[in-house]
Amino acid sequence: MNNQRSPFFNVDWIVILVFLALCIIGWFNIHAAVYNPEKPSIFNLDTNYGKQLIFIVSALIIGLVILLMDSKFFNTFSPVFYGITLLLLILVLIVGRNVGGNQAWIPIGSFRLQPSEFAKFATCLLLARYLSMNNVKVQDLKTKSICAAIILLPMGLIMLQPDTGSALTFFALIFVLYREGLSGYFLIIGALFIALFVLVLLISKLYLILALVVIGALLIYNYKRNRSFIRVVIVGFLISVAYIFTVDFAYNNILQSHQRNRIDVLLGKVQDLRGEGYNVNQSKIAIGSGGLLGKGYLKGTQTRYDFVPEQSTDFIFCTIGEEWGFVGSFVVIGLYLFLLLRIINIAERQRSSFSRIYGYGVASILFFHFFINIGMTVGLAPVIGIPLPFISYGGSSLWSFTILLFILLKLDSNRMGII
Amino acid sequence: MNRFFARKFVIQGIFIAIAIILLARIFYIQVISDQYFLSANNNVLRKILIYPARGIILDRNEQILVQNEPVYDLMVIPREVQPFDTLLFCSLIGIDKAGFDKRFKKSTNYSPYKASIFEKQLSAQTYAKFQEHLFEYPGFFVQNRTVRRYPDSTAAQFLGYIGEVSEKVIESSNGFYSQGDYIGISGVEKSYEELLRGKRGVQNLMVDALNRPKGHFADGKYDTLAVSGEQMISSLDKELQKFGEKLMKNKIGSIVAIEPSTGEILSFVSSPGYDPNMMVGRQRGNNYMKLLNEPSKPMFIRPTQAEYPPGSIFKVVNALVAQQFGLINPNTTYYCPGGYRYSSRGVMKCTHVHGSVNLERSIKESCNTYYGYTYNLMIDKAGMRPVNAYKRWRGAVSKFGIGDKLGIDLPAERKGMLPTADYYTKIFKSDKWGSSFNISLSIGQGELGITPLQMANVMAIVANRGYYYKPHLIQAIGAKKVIKAEYTKKNDVGIDPKYFGSVINGMSQVVNEPSGTAIYSKINGIEMCGKTGTVQNPHGDDHSVFVAFAPRDNPKIAIAVVVENAGFGSTWSAPIASLMVEKYIRKSITRPKEYLDRLFEANLLPGALLKPKAPVKQKPDTSKKDTVTPKKIKAVSTNSIAVNE
Repeated sequence: MNNQRSPFFNVDWIVILVFLALCIIGWFNIHAAVYNPEKPSIFNLDTNYGKQLIFIVSALIIGLVILLMDSKFFNTFSPVFYGITLLLLILVLIVGRNVGGNQAWIPIGSFRLQPSEFAKFATCLLLARYLSMNNVKVQDLKTKSICAAIILLPMGLIMLQPDTGSALTFFALIFVLYREGLSGYFLIIGALFIALFVLVLLISKLYLILALVVIGALLIYNYKRNRSFIRVVIVGFLISVAYIFTVDFAYNNILQSHQRNRIDVLLGKVQDLRGEGYNVNQSKIAIGSGGLLGKGYLKGTQTRYDFVPEQSTDFIFCTIGEEWGFVGSFVVIGLYLFLLLRIINIAERQRSSFSRIYGYGVASILFFHFFINIGMTVGLAPVIGIPLPFISYGGSSLWSFTILLFILLKLDSNRMGII
Repeated sequence: MNRFFARKFVIQGIFIAIAIILLARIFYIQVISDQYFLSANNNVLRKILIYPARGIILDRNEQILVQNEPVYDLMVIPREVQPFDTLLFCSLIGIDKAGFDKRFKKSTNYSPYKASIFEKQLSAQTYAKFQEHLFEYPGFFVQNRTVRRYPDSTAAQFLGYIGEVSEKVIESSNGFYSQGDYIGISGVEKSYEELLRGKRGVQNLMVDALNRPKGHFADGKYDTLAVSGEQMISSLDKELQKFGEKLMKNKIGSIVAIEPSTGEILSFVSSPGYDPNMMVGRQRGNNYMKLLNEPSKPMFIRPTQAEYPPGSIFKVVNALVAQQFGLINPNTTYYCPGGYRYSSRGVMKCTHVHGSVNLERSIKESCNTYYGYTYNLMIDKAGMRPVNAYKRWRGAVSKFGIGDKLGIDLPAERKGMLPTADYYTKIFKSDKWGSSFNISLSIGQGELGITPLQMANVMAIVANRGYYYKPHLIQAIGAKKVIKAEYTKKNDVGIDPKYFGSVINGMSQVVNEPSGTAIYSKINGIEMCGKTGTVQNPHGDDHSVFVAFAPRDNPKIAIAVVVENAGFGSTWSAPIASLMVEKYIRKSITRPKEYLDRLFEANLLPGALLKPKAPVKQKPDTSKKDTVTPKKIKAVSTNSIAVNE
């Protein structure tokens, strides 16, 4: 191979185009969401829309720098990144600034660094490095345990801030493990546990356990010849019952009241339009009032007149829905889906398993943000306060998603270089 | 490629499924359901109504009767209120702490985010004091509005009043009125409501989450301007009206004066009256209850709602109708022996033995016997069955506007009472009755009921020699001074002008001949023609009635004056009428001061009025008695002429 090739050789320009499209959509919608008639210019640096332009430009520089770096650098230094991130996560608990109840920010000059954002790609890198080592098989218990440790360590530290939303993001990495051989049952069991979680909160424990007994009895009756299956059913039943009580206990004693309220509102258990339900209700009103074609750029009344909270960050999708209607929403969701599918394809074309595993990590993290963020604006997911990648206002999140994506692009551009 | 490659499709499948779920959900809330669209408008749009100034009302000389005066409603948005010194605040607007808490709670219950009225109608003085401190009270602001103001405190029942609309009106108004709007409730304010109220303007404002205005919706495309109500020029002469009210002070009754050539009402006094300013402002509710409970019933609009048997003034109508029927002529003479024997059983007494009486003298001296004979001719000797003759008579009388509403532009006019033939047939239990059965109609007593307005209109007819224009209060509408078509239509009463001569001669003599019953009310230099009357009142002293018009040729004013419980027509009503006539025609009074003072100072309120349960409203005597008993005849024949002779 010729090492004198341009650093942009083999770079996936399509992904970069989608990335740029999303950044620009974000920039214009931040302009609309926090539009200030006294500072109408989208380039005005006193405003959030002006600042976002700086973030976008600096993100592009970061991306360029990554493309110019040696692709082996990321594999080699992944433990270092991971270690630094963990240190920062501990540091933020000590010196961090408390914003909105979360100790998530380290102030550096006029900027605020959010280590939990950088923990995402550091964790992905280390996970990829570990899983790509020879003789490491996900099926082994030891591997599972180490993977769990890699994921749970930063997650636990973020939990302590406490920034539940960002912490939950790490669960998305289960897709990576699944792709690398984790039994499909884990996905199914995971889905079942989520379903059971919702059911515990919706119906009485007694009925739920009775229902499980009935289901278990039917399964055992159907497969009475299969001893080992009966054993699985009984163990599963016992775990389920234990889980039910755990969830119930955690919900009532561990969760903070605002978290409990958010879940209640999402499940429709309480109709609280002035309190916890206000955000989601106003968000749905904003999106719903957009209609098919939307109200037009800078004409969204709900977002511009502050009915929707966090309109430039977590609830930026409201502006898209209100001003660009279903057509705009369709375009944005379409771009994300295209990006996600393309990343999977990129991951699969890698010769190195490190690159492939990292690619899946990128897709998983982006997918989780995309689904939960848009889901919460339309009342399909709990409000856990995570940004919409590339679109939401904010330097830390834009940079960390850019780093996450461009490392993959760098690895991909060098896919032929790996024997 | 490795053995788990196929799992790529599972993961991609999950991504696609989730994207579809999100899109389906968004499609539902954006395109299928309109609930969110409506909620969004609800969030952001505020309809601000701009109230127009209500039309002002002028008198016939374009002097102001009603105008608008600004008042200030104190508004509050509870959520924006910050802690402050409530004591100072309360003292500024004149309420106590408990009152403050009550109002604040009411506003908060209405909406913490929207403005509502905290205190209504601050006066200009209170507002001036309060304004200096307003900036210290975020969340409070002042909205100005206008209320009615009556600079001369006159013509209350004529003008009527406005008040907040009722639930019922709001429901039936198709959304025109809403809670807190004002509407005309009585008088001209009610009958011309649709013209006076003007057109409300609307501003569609957009507000943000904290209810701060952010500009006009669609750049004001759907906003409209308020259009002021039409100005009304009334027929009333303010000076004459005030003079009439002064004359009627401490008396119960009415004065109605009409310009015969147009039907315009020059004066409309209902006594006791009240200061129309009482029906404006914060004390309105209390004042209203006070007026309602007043035993003399100032809210009762006597000129159009009080019905009286007209008494002797009705002889004028009978004299005209009998001539038109060709049954009598100016030379027809009857001998009055002091009463009219209508049957073997009874006599309708006259006040005097008049001897030979002709038509002219019958009016001048108000001879009952003459009209007994005349009525007998019209009913029993008309060449047809008496019941049919009565119908013909009744038809002729009703053309004078008696027994039905004249259609004045005021609400709640009463039609009075002119009994039908069937009414008597029912009481007699067959239709074979004759003039002896209701002989008291010949002299305006019995079942008849006539309002002062109808009395004045009869005088307008006599003054015009046979026709009238519909009496009305509003002369011209708006800047273009539009006159309603119905007020320019001549109503003919079917009496040939030639038959008016002797009747008017008689009426002139009543006032101007030394032996006339109203000689005391003669106006030097103005030939007034009139007729006195006394209305029997079963509840107390008789009512004094006088009707007149002047001058005799080319009449300018026709008038009816009723003073309840005042006895003879000549004593009180006639002098009042003569002063009104002189005031209107000459613009000044030539009578001596004592003449005026006697009238101004007289207190003719019945003693019974001091007791709340005493009946004040005069009802016509509609007793079901079928025959006129001698006793009754004595009562009805008490006529003012007797005393004055």
